[in-house]
Amino acid sequence: MSLSRSQKNSLFKFSCQAVTAISLLVLVVLLYHIMKEGFAYLNFDFLNHFPSRRPSRAGIKSALFGSLWIMGLTAMIAIPVGVCTALFLEEYTNRKNKWVKLVELNISNLAGVPSIVYGLLGLTVFVRFLGMDRSLIAGALTLSLLILPVIVVTTQGALRAVPDAIRYGAYALGARRYHVVFGQVLPAAIPGIMTGVILSMSRAIGESAPLIMVGALSFVAFTPESITDPFTVLPVQIYNWVGRPQEAFHGLAAAGIIVLLAVLFTFNIIAVFIREKFQRYKND
Amino acid sequence: MTELKDKDQQAIIQLKDLSIFYGDNQAVNKINLDFYKNKVTAIIGPSGCGKSTVLRSINRMNDFIDILHTKGEVVYENQNILDKNLDPTRLRRDIGMVFQRPNPFPKSIYNNIIWGPKINGFLKNPDELVEKSLRRAALWDEVKDRLHDSALGLSGGQQQRLCIARTVAMNPSVILMDEPCSALDPKATIRIENLIDELKDDYTILIVTHNMQQAARVSDYTAFLYEGELVEFGETDGLFTNPVEKQTEDYITGRFG
Repeated sequence: MSLSRSQKNSLFKFSCQAVTAISLLVLVVLLYHIMKEGFAYLNFDFLNHFPSRRPSRAGIKSALFGSLWIMGLTAMIAIPVGVCTALFLEEYTNRKNKWVKLVELNISNLAGVPSIVYGLLGLTVFVRFLGMDRSLIAGALTLSLLILPVIVVTTQGALRAVPDAIRYGAYALGARRYHVVFGQVLPAAIPGIMTGVILSMSRAIGESAPLIMVGALSFVAFTPESITDPFTVLPVQIYNWVGRPQEAFHGLAAAGIIVLLAVLFTFNIIAVFIREKFQRYKND
Repeated sequence: MTELKDKDQQAIIQLKDLSIFYGDNQAVNKINLDFYKNKVTAIIGPSGCGKSTVLRSINRMNDFIDILHTKGEVVYENQNILDKNLDPTRLRRDIGMVFQRPNPFPKSIYNNIIWGPKINGFLKNPDELVEKSLRRAALWDEVKDRLHDSALGLSGGQQQRLCIARTVAMNPSVILMDEPCSALDPKATIRIENLIDELKDDYTILIVTHNMQQAARVSDYTAFLYEGELVEFGETDGLFTNPVEKQTEDYITGRFG
């Protein structure tokens, strides 16, 4: 059977629509299930209580605070380090240099390393060798390592997308490299960088394996006060509840997932807001 | 070469035995040329004759091409600006450049103007500078109500005039223009050409163009380059009506190019 060009066109369009619909459907079903199961448990007491053996008194407060701490710390560590690494690689080194190429290759490879391996690294280096113990900072550093490659690679892409004409225009006005990089290239690249930040932070908030590795506890009856305090995070708490035999805990887990999604959503809204602010001058 | 009428013209930039190489490939061969103060000098020639390369050596924009190296001298204010010890960023404050394609920064119109003076630390009265520079570039009336809008929302011709305004805001003594109208429509081209005519009272302008009519319209002096050699230099009127060299005549009458 041979198709005319317009038939092929419609067929392709239809296939694309179908695929999009399927993935959206899966998402909707998933959300529906979680909402149905968890919504009943979602109230202020749930947010404001510490975990308990009795489902009626169990809450997510310590995990929520732990996750917020971890996200904040991870963002503060990984974003500056990742963006500066990308700036150095893109703007201050010669791309043809074989050492630069080697470093770039390794960074791309690191993006594909399983998270449990980062957990082991964190346990060995931060928890044991540097004596940080089971602390927020050890967890945040481990997650930073995990998302660093993604931030570096996406930032590099965003910097590369800034046209050279802008750099030359800036140099022609007597700018030094410092001015060109921080006054022109970086602001122009921020929308692209924020996309990478959104992706990597979304990954970090959902990670549990490396944090269990560095010692996130499953029963924490206090909120962390400083970066050296022990902690738990939402995915670990959810995992813990899912594994219990009582039905009520499964409902709590679903409610926990709703909270996790809400936190994730809030983070993304902030990032999108920053992106739009810088996008303003890109296309009118 | 044609005799110059104004013998007492003051040369602001002098090329002395300037040769430029891309790797082993010689693009420009021992050019000697004077550019006169407050005059418009056009550099014409067929594609690949080295005219843009010559222009970019005057504000050291060639530094960004790794494989390129230069011999000879470019003299400006009694010093050879090709000297490795000379700071090119200082030079570029004095010798501005307008590029082939308009390249406004992805910022507001206002910030496009003040960026250069700001980073060079001499921005005093930004509002006044913005108005003065935009008026100088004949753009003020079109944009005065939307100074804080994105510069990328302007038309191509407006963007190019913004780039000229941005260069003027630095108060340079020389403005280099590398085929400034090649990406513009005829109407926008005329506006830029008229602007060049007004600007020469305050600035020395060097313009590279592949458009001979344009060279004839805007310039006081013209240099004709062919395959990296300076074939002829003289007053524009003389060069176009009565060229000395056979090659110049062939080129300007359209026999090759």
